[in-house]
Amino acid sequence: MAELNSERFRTPLSRARGTGAARHGVSHFMTERVSGIALIPLSLWGVFAGLKLAAGDFEGAAVWLSSPLNAVLLGLLLIAALIHLQGAVQVVIEDYIHKFTTKSALVILNIFVCVLSGFLGIFSILKVALTGAF
Amino acid sequence: MTDTSRGLSGRPMSPHLQVWRWHITMACSILHRACVIGLYAGAVLLALWALALASGHESYALYTGVMGSLLGKLVLLGLTFALFFNIAYAIRQTFWDAGVGFAPKTADLTGAAAIAFAVVATAVTWVIAAATGAL
Repeated sequence: MAELNSERFRTPLSRARGTGAARHGVSHFMTERVSGIALIPLSLWGVFAGLKLAAGDFEGAAVWLSSPLNAVLLGLLLIAALIHLQGAVQVVIEDYIHKFTTKSALVILNIFVCVLSGFLGIFSILKVALTGAF
Repeated sequence: MTDTSRGLSGRPMSPHLQVWRWHITMACSILHRACVIGLYAGAVLLALWALALASGHESYALYTGVMGSLLGKLVLLGLTFALFFNIAYAIRQTFWDAGVGFAPKTADLTGAAAIAFAVVATAVTWVIAAATGAL
């Protein structure tokens, strides 16, 4: 029924081309809002942690990250930030890059950068937290 | 009537920089996008921090050396501002999502407040950094 209703308002030409909405709009909106809300306390904690870490040295940072609470919060901060920014930057790309191939390449590159940063970051956090930095 | 004859290139696009008259709400919107791009680099830098720490003394010294240089500090200063501005902007946008705060005067005021908050919070953070020996 929902399918039928949405089709009612499309022109025959647009239906033939199949260039309507991708139907990912609400999912994107919710992802950005929820990750955005999560990031407010997480990033404020990040600033607080950054001030502490910048005043310390390598050993201080290693001890800091060996605390489960710090490791978990840092992991959450990194993942929430990457999910949020992946979506945010994809919108910027889609808004301003009009050439299909360039746009597609940048959207894919954006995903790769975020996923790679996430895996590198989480692996490194776990490594320091579980086995120590050396 | 919406033009449907031009295919893909005829589909609606976001307004571009040159078609806007300068006012505080558009400045906030563009600043927000610039901050998002900056914070993207910031998130990658955060992942690299963990990687540098996990890789040991030398790589951590390299990381703190680069980020502790004048250029590195300028980047961190910019990221501090971008973060606080984005936090304020996210709160403003949450009200917008609820349909509140769209009156021109209110939108101007909250935009100015977001910038003011970011400037003050950045200054406070860096004063604390200087006082605690983080600089």
